[in-house]
Amino acid sequence: MISAESRRAFFLFLALFAGLLLVWQLSTASAPPRSPYGIPQGNAEYQMLMGHTPGTTRTREGFPGPARFAASALQALHAPFHDNGPSDRGIGWQVGASLLRVAIGYGLAVVVAVPFGFLIGLHPVIRRAVDPFIQILRPISPLAWMPLALYTIRNPEGCGIFVIFICSLWPIVLNTAFGVGSVRREWLNVARTLEVSWTRRVLFVLLPAAAPTIITGMRIGLGIAWLAIVAAEMLVGSSGIGYFVWNQWNNLSLSNVLLAVLLIGFTGMVLDGALAALQRSVTYAE
Amino acid sequence: MPNDSAYAAPAATHAASRPLVEVSMLEKRYGDSGPPVFSDVSFTIQPGEFVCLIGHSGCGKSSILNILAGLEQPSGGTVIMDGHEITRPGLERGVVFQGHALLPWLSAVQNVAFAVRSRFPTLSRAEIREKAEYYLHLVGLRSALDKKPAELSGGMRQRVGIARAFSTQPRMLLMDEPFGALDALTRGLIQEELLQICARTQQTVFMITHDVDEAILLADRVLLMSNGPDARLAESIDNPLPRTRTRESMHHETGFYDLRNHLVDFLVRRSALVSKGEH
Ligand SMILES: Nc1ncnc2c1ncn2[C@@H]1O[C@H](COP(=O)(O)OP(=O)(O)OP(=O)(O)O)[C@@H](O)[C@H]1O
Ligand SMILES: [Mg+2]
Repeated sequence: MISAESRRAFFLFLALFAGLLLVWQLSTASAPPRSPYGIPQGNAEYQMLMGHTPGTTRTREGFPGPARFAASALQALHAPFHDNGPSDRGIGWQVGASLLRVAIGYGLAVVVAVPFGFLIGLHPVIRRAVDPFIQILRPISPLAWMPLALYTIRNPEGCGIFVIFICSLWPIVLNTAFGVGSVRREWLNVARTLEVSWTRRVLFVLLPAAAPTIITGMRIGLGIAWLAIVAAEMLVGSSGIGYFVWNQWNNLSLSNVLLAVLLIGFTGMVLDGALAALQRSVTYAE
Repeated sequence: MPNDSAYAAPAATHAASRPLVEVSMLEKRYGDSGPPVFSDVSFTIQPGEFVCLIGHSGCGKSSILNILAGLEQPSGGTVIMDGHEITRPGLERGVVFQGHALLPWLSAVQNVAFAVRSRFPTLSRAEIREKAEYYLHLVGLRSALDKKPAELSGGMRQRVGIARAFSTQPRMLLMDEPFGALDALTRGLIQEELLQICARTQQTVFMITHDVDEAILLADRVLLMSNGPDARLAESIDNPLPRTRTRESMHHETGFYDLRNHLVDFLVRRSALVSKGEH
């Protein structure tokens, strides 16, 4: 059964969506086409330079309306994995390339951050010793690492992965340490009175107790990773969804840029949803 | 008013056998300044004996129990069990915690199985499950074995906690106000089950309680603590009622009201006098 509340929410969602499309339609239909370089199309000199004499029919398209966008999106999504060389690859291929980088960089970050978080969560001395480093490294924008990464790693692929790794590391470390450090004392006492071995204590008491907090950190880390990869690929990529956005911008294909932007949002939502489902499965009620 | 000194005499009946636990000159202080929470606490526990500790809130009962469990270190004095000094927790001492302390991500049977596996690491998965279910049945829990603690009632949770402690077959069971949070009806039921199990298994128990009737029902001997700070073990009282007593019948036993009045009188009046040195 669907509750009355969720039904109302769904109708409101539809209304908002329709309103959005309407606004989009109206604003693109009436707006005079604009040059992507910010020069008004009415500028006569510019029109001359572009080879248009005033009075001829418009050949340049402005910002796409919903209908035109839908048509071009369908076309792009029709063969998402076509590959005609680096500058003409399908959008699915590009998203896949970004996801692969994220999988490697983020996977490495999880593998490093969770044990490290356990270490500092369990040992207050270590925690206090490394805290200043973490506090300084944590607020650094992922892209600020880019030149250093380029200089030291020299390989653009490695750079992208490194940027993902370094920016998703800190939230996972901090959340793991916090989760492990705030495990209820009585649960640890249960383990002590049962003379539970170190490995069983870590795997069957600390890990499940801290899992919801750890996964919160992993969700934050993955969100940052997905933000960072798009930016990094714009700078140095030869593939990936960030590269695609930049490439389509240079091709002046706003429809494709828009499609890519929406796809970035959608993919990010799916990634977070997957971790949210994982989180629900390990969350416990006290 | 019963004669105080008739009860205040140390337990003579058990003096012959060798005690399981010997607590001597125990003292605990938190921080360096100020008086200790308690000091000069000495008593023994015989094998198979059920000992209850009564005292006002904050006098250090939980601290004593935690020291017996090995979870806390005393500031002075020693606890000897079977000839060895207790310095850390161990499987030969089972603990039922004040707030059940079940692992919330495990079901009832998994919580007990976790303890069984710790005690019997070589058993197969099926044998561990079987043992866990056996102990849950023992405490009267037959349904809801696969529910998480959050889905159980308070009484069921406490039963699981008791089953977990029993499942490791400890030499001594330590219980910190195990029924404090339960309603009177549930409490009565579990108390009676506990009494039966302990009688059957000859279980040695050290239990903390606030409830005088509970102590009279369960305990072979009642230890009374004076008020903190710097609390003392004021009296050790043998329970004169027969071991066949039940919750319904015990107030018909001779000596019940004398004992009860003595305990209540201690709690409302004399517990405060002891700490002022007027006892
Ligand atoms: N970790 C601690 N640090 C400092 N003081 C503590 C600590 N634990 C207990 N105390 C103090 O020791 C005293 C005894 O505490 P304890 O928990 O043993 O009392 P209790 O007799 O079990 O009380 P209750 O009946 O309320 O459970 C209290 O005054 C408390 O403030
Ligand atoms: Mg207490």
